[in-house]
Amino acid sequence: MLFTATYIIYSVATILYLVYFSSQNKLVRITARRILTTGGVCHLTLFIFRYFEAGHTPLTTHHDTVSFFALSVTWAFLSFRWRYQIKNFGTFVSVVIFALMTVAFFSAREILQLPPALQSTWLPVHASIAILANGFLALGFCGGIMYLIQDRELKKKRFTLFYHRLPSLEALDQLNQHCLTIGFPLLTLGIITGSLWARQAWGSYWHWDPKETWGLITWFIYAGLLHQRLAIGWRGKRSAIMSVIGFFAVLFTLWGVNFLLPGVHTYVR
Amino acid sequence: MSVDQILVLGVNHKTAPVEVREKLAFPDIEVPLAKLGEVPDCTEFCFLSTCNRVEVIFTSAAPEKTVRHIRSFLFADSNLSDEEATSYTYLHSGANAINHLYKVAASLDSMVVGEPQILGQLKTAYREASERKCTGTILNRLINKAFTSAKRVRTETNIGSSAVSISFAAIELAKKIFGSLKNKKVLLVGAGEMAELAAEHLMSQGCTEITVANRTLQNAVKLAKQFNGKAVGLTELLSQLETADIMVSSTGAQNLILKHDDVIPIMRTRRNRPLFLIDIAVPRDLDPELNEIDNIYLYDVDDLSQVVELNKKDRRGEADKAHAIVSEEAVKFSHWLENMALTPTITELLSKTEALRKAELERTLTGLDLSTKDIKAIQKLTSSLVSKILHNPLVFLKEDCDAEVKKEKIDCIRKMFCLD
Repeated sequence: MLFTATYIIYSVATILYLVYFSSQNKLVRITARRILTTGGVCHLTLFIFRYFEAGHTPLTTHHDTVSFFALSVTWAFLSFRWRYQIKNFGTFVSVVIFALMTVAFFSAREILQLPPALQSTWLPVHASIAILANGFLALGFCGGIMYLIQDRELKKKRFTLFYHRLPSLEALDQLNQHCLTIGFPLLTLGIITGSLWARQAWGSYWHWDPKETWGLITWFIYAGLLHQRLAIGWRGKRSAIMSVIGFFAVLFTLWGVNFLLPGVHTYVR
Repeated sequence: MSVDQILVLGVNHKTAPVEVREKLAFPDIEVPLAKLGEVPDCTEFCFLSTCNRVEVIFTSAAPEKTVRHIRSFLFADSNLSDEEATSYTYLHSGANAINHLYKVAASLDSMVVGEPQILGQLKTAYREASERKCTGTILNRLINKAFTSAKRVRTETNIGSSAVSISFAAIELAKKIFGSLKNKKVLLVGAGEMAELAAEHLMSQGCTEITVANRTLQNAVKLAKQFNGKAVGLTELLSQLETADIMVSSTGAQNLILKHDDVIPIMRTRRNRPLFLIDIAVPRDLDPELNEIDNIYLYDVDDLSQVVELNKKDRRGEADKAHAIVSEEAVKFSHWLENMALTPTITELLSKTEALRKAELERTLTGLDLSTKDIKAIQKLTSSLVSKILHNPLVFLKEDCDAEVKKEKIDCIRKMFCLD
């Protein structure tokens, strides 16, 4: 019930953000942001309710994981907005939030019994940090897409409605770096806590289970990006492309692995 | 005070060529303000001087004489004859003057329509004038309303957001690449007029360092001096490119001066920082292939004109909207001014009738022996009688109508009640 309400609130916010994108009416933007914040608060409340309902941190089913993913994106975005503004960023982010919520909406919502291996204090720590990292990396993805669109406008010299609506390349590149400097440490921490938990649950730090492998691949993509950025000054287009690719790796780690490559993480459905 | 006593006299890019305008440069605003204070009948005034215009906004009860004085003051250092001076200036009075000022403030009269600096310049001019008490009730209101209407134009139309000239188009593009142009390094290749104009615009946007590279070093030195920049020979082009952010090329060279393969190693040393190349030379200086390199954005004259054209189309409608706002605001001010003309008549009328009432009341009351309650009743009776009688004439005066008719009405009432 609360989930449906949250979903509707997010949908309204997304529609308003799209309206704002075409009309550029300031009032619409402010309203959209307020509604999105309301959605974020509802969503957080929902998460807490679900915690008490399940009796453990609700991050073990597919529905809960994706829903928490959307929650992370929302709050990562709102925390950014509180620090600095990126023109029309909200439109792109709200679409991602809406897409994630739609996936969550259509997956089974029942609460499953927690298998013994997951009954650990590491569950909330590992899962929430890893998904929070995804939230910030999703923002980097949006920034990357925006960068690539704006870069194309400037290169092709045929200006569509995006040209005026998107911010400068410099601002988008900074956004990319910003998401990376928050998202990457969180991702690292997510992998470390995961491996500590694996040691506690299964006796060894690393299993080469597909989820671990893909998490590591994702980590290498972002580590490579960060290294290239700092060492050789990879900027702009390449780092935008990398953050888009990195995010696809994130999605594959989240979904592809679950559905295509079964392993010890498989119960996370 | 009638509308016709508000005037604007000035010189701008439409009425005078740059050779004439540069003779009217007033670097220090204090001197002209002091001089204007000595002009006979010039009651309120404000002095605006920018690179494209010099104008005096003033009120005068004897416009013809004042205009002559101001014109000779403006052209004092120019050794031009009176006729020549007259041919280079424009003079607006009354509603036209108001309209003109509002258009200037809203940047509709600028060389680059919609450019935002003019409003700031007008604000400074007004502050200087009002601090020295050169402006009074009329100009204070007039200029403040000009700011309001400019603000409306800015918020209600898109006139400020797009560019019309090539230089401005280049700056708009640069802002889409770099965000802010603060502390960006500019490399001018070629020391011609176009380069100078571009440099001026870029400096006004916050670019700090300017380097001029030219085949003849002498010309480079001359131009560099103007912007506190550095001059180098054309051979140093590639090494200069390592640190520059924006390069404007306008040489008369017949061949390309910068090729695709020259720049690839430079991008590595630049650590891929974006580079904005503007080629305003015909024939072109820069290899069109350069645009294929990541983080390099190359625009030649045709590309820039295309941007300008695009903006022009967008803004034709916007300009109409802006003009409508300006006229609307100008009419509002005229109404205010007309009602200002009404105020003295209304006060005189009220004070005259009040004096009559008091005199009559005193005469009547001295002969009678009445209780305070009765006196109060009589006082009340007289004052309500007076206000009932005045009600219709006042409504008649305040009614909305043409300035001409309003003047007639005022005259009529003044005659009727013997106010003069």
